[in-house]
Amino acid sequence: MHAIIDYISSYLTSDKTPGAAGNMFWVLVYIMLVFAGLSVAVIAMNWLERKILAHMQVRLGPMRVGPHGLLQPIADAIKLLLKEDIMPAEADGFVFWMAPLIVVLAAFTVFVVVPFGPTHAITDMNIGILFMLGVSSLSVLGIVMAGWASNSHYPLMGALRSSAQMVSYEIAMGLAVVSVILVTSLHGSGLYGVGGAGAGDGTLSMIGIVRAQQEQGVWFIFKFFPLGLIAFFIFAVSMVAETNRAPFDLAEAESELTAGFHTEYSGFRWSLFFLAEYSAMIAVSSIAVTLWLGGWLRPFPNLLNGDTWDQAFSFIPGITFLFFAAICFYNAVRMPKHPLFRVQTIGLFGFGVVLGLIGLALFVPAVSIRVQDIFWFAAKVSGFMYVYIWFRGTFPRYRFDQLMQLGWKVLLPMGLGVLILTAIFGLWPSIQQLIQRLI
Amino acid sequence: MTDPNATLAHHVDIADLAAHDKTYLDANELVINMGPQHPATHGVLRVILRLDGEKVLGLECVIGYLHRGVEKIGEHRTYTMFNPYVDRMDYVAAVSNGLGYCETVEKLLNVEAPPRAQHVRVILTELNRIASHQLWLGTHALDIGAITPLFYTFRDREEILKIYEKYCGARLTTHAFRIGGLQYETYTGFEKEVKNFLNFFRPKIDEYEELLTTNRIWVERTKNVGAISAEDCIALGVTGPVLRASGVKWDLRKAQPYANYKNFDFDIPIGENGDTYDRYLVRMAEMRQSVRIIEQAVDALPEGPIMAKVPKVMKPPAGEVYHSIEAPKGELGYFIVSDGSTQPYRVRVRPPSFVNLQALDLMCRGELVADVIAVIGTLDIVLGEVDR
Repeated sequence: MHAIIDYISSYLTSDKTPGAAGNMFWVLVYIMLVFAGLSVAVIAMNWLERKILAHMQVRLGPMRVGPHGLLQPIADAIKLLLKEDIMPAEADGFVFWMAPLIVVLAAFTVFVVVPFGPTHAITDMNIGILFMLGVSSLSVLGIVMAGWASNSHYPLMGALRSSAQMVSYEIAMGLAVVSVILVTSLHGSGLYGVGGAGAGDGTLSMIGIVRAQQEQGVWFIFKFFPLGLIAFFIFAVSMVAETNRAPFDLAEAESELTAGFHTEYSGFRWSLFFLAEYSAMIAVSSIAVTLWLGGWLRPFPNLLNGDTWDQAFSFIPGITFLFFAAICFYNAVRMPKHPLFRVQTIGLFGFGVVLGLIGLALFVPAVSIRVQDIFWFAAKVSGFMYVYIWFRGTFPRYRFDQLMQLGWKVLLPMGLGVLILTAIFGLWPSIQQLIQRLI
Repeated sequence: MTDPNATLAHHVDIADLAAHDKTYLDANELVINMGPQHPATHGVLRVILRLDGEKVLGLECVIGYLHRGVEKIGEHRTYTMFNPYVDRMDYVAAVSNGLGYCETVEKLLNVEAPPRAQHVRVILTELNRIASHQLWLGTHALDIGAITPLFYTFRDREEILKIYEKYCGARLTTHAFRIGGLQYETYTGFEKEVKNFLNFFRPKIDEYEELLTTNRIWVERTKNVGAISAEDCIALGVTGPVLRASGVKWDLRKAQPYANYKNFDFDIPIGENGDTYDRYLVRMAEMRQSVRIIEQAVDALPEGPIMAKVPKVMKPPAGEVYHSIEAPKGELGYFIVSDGSTQPYRVRVRPPSFVNLQALDLMCRGELVADVIAVIGTLDIVLGEVDR
């Protein structure tokens, strides 16, 4: 018994991730936390997407289930669980059964290496980014399987489209990522700092990449301006294509292929695809945040440094939650006074109280110091999520050949160019020396 | 299209196809059935696509899922009783349908509606053209993947429907006109409300255009997609904005002026390439022209009676008459044969959607699946009118 407690508490003094420290107990705890957090994020995303999209489209979105439709995702989840699970008679049963599992597994496994903070990751692999790209591209297998096993034309075409799309956009994505990995090998600080002739070792570890940004004192989106920005742009476009979202949602183009590869899926299996799609969106956004936007680092670490600013920024998480709570209270007061709305008003008020308490708890220094990394990471990721919804509300859909053209003829050459230019910038002192010696 | 089952049997049998068409291996050819329940076939159109990968080798339209025998019903109703039925054909442009029918019977009876009625007819019909084009724009954009314009157009179309509701009590199937004039006198403040709508609506067209006209994806998706030449249009009998987008300046409001369109000053917007983008531009321009026409009509709205002298029991002289108007979707013609009794001997409708749909195969050949959706949207068909 004592040994177990020792084993558990031994991690508490460690400054490594539980995986790197090799503490299985905390690994399990972290896995459960990440899984729960991710599920909550997907549920929240479901509600937010409907609401934000609705307000962009001059309508209200869900309003009936719970105050302002807050319980709508839960109602939907229950509906999906209770729905009949239909498998087409001519379907390949085993493959049909496996496909959603593979997609979900791929979508969730990538979170093993996502660093929510310097120690807040399940594990820190030295091949972190490779692992993430590799596992996330496994989901294409599930999609092809789903399309094939359904034994129906629309899913088959959807699967073909999405596999071609995901495979071709991964290349541009990979090139953008490589340019970041090159930059991690530098030691110089600032926008154009390269740190002398003998550049150090690069890193593929997700935590290492954020630490490199901390050391160089610049988010990689600004490094070698505008090269970092271009690489980020390539990644941002590719990640929308990679996750099959508008304007690249050809695989599930509703008006063409009804629902694409998951046309024949229903009930819980369908909801697995849904879950996977949203967690994949969060996963690629996490990559973008980690690689270019400084991961868990707070904004302006250089311009506004010092203890006072640290203190000031540590209040922001609490203030944000209090702001959300205030919105809830405001809307609870605005609720119609009719008795029919009493439950909704109380519910919204209660939700506001919960948010407010979380906000207050975040003002406690002991809490805030441990949680603010996660807050900044989540805030950056939610920025990306908003952009995803914004895209969906704004853009028409690309056609398949145009999509391929964009991927292969625009993004790929751009990615190559950025990679080469980044390498030249990074090696500039050495190149200078070489030129001098030659002259 | 006459016997769907005969053509179906031919196309669904892939082996049979391969035997006939040696240029493609049967392994390459995919026969996909799109509709009648499909989100983008605008109702219950069924399209059988023959695909090579994503490329369309040919397609076959199967229609009739919304057939209600409107023409046959016409033979069993008096002239007045049949009037509401025509509203149910092109239900998004019911006013135009009513106008066409009323004018045809008036021609048969040899009466003419009084000027005030003519003016109100023009106002309501042009409002209807705007409403129809709005619905087309929303659904067309939705098909191409832009989901937001739909809600904007429906929000603004609501204002037109409100005017209809105030005028005649109905929003969609209005039955606004009567043979020989109008069903109702306009309500108090009609002119003002129509003018308010015009002022409200003019900036809205700019809003739609802002979302789409220069949107890169929209342009890429519509330019050079589903192009059709003027010759093909004429050969297939295609009319309306589709014909005009191909560069033919043919608008019945100018070519064979009816109602009192000859009193109004407006342009006929035409396109050059006859592709989906041009059709989009033509329809957007038509909305602006409709605003112009309504403005003139409201300003010059004369006083006077709203009904011409028509007998209570209509017994047109024996004979036949064809009359056509420019409906939002193209030439809407009515051919009525009278045997001198209270009921038509035969009513034949020439609906623009039905004729325009013929061009679908020609327009889609060699394009991709996604373009078929875009082309169905740009043809602006209403299945109620195709099947009648």
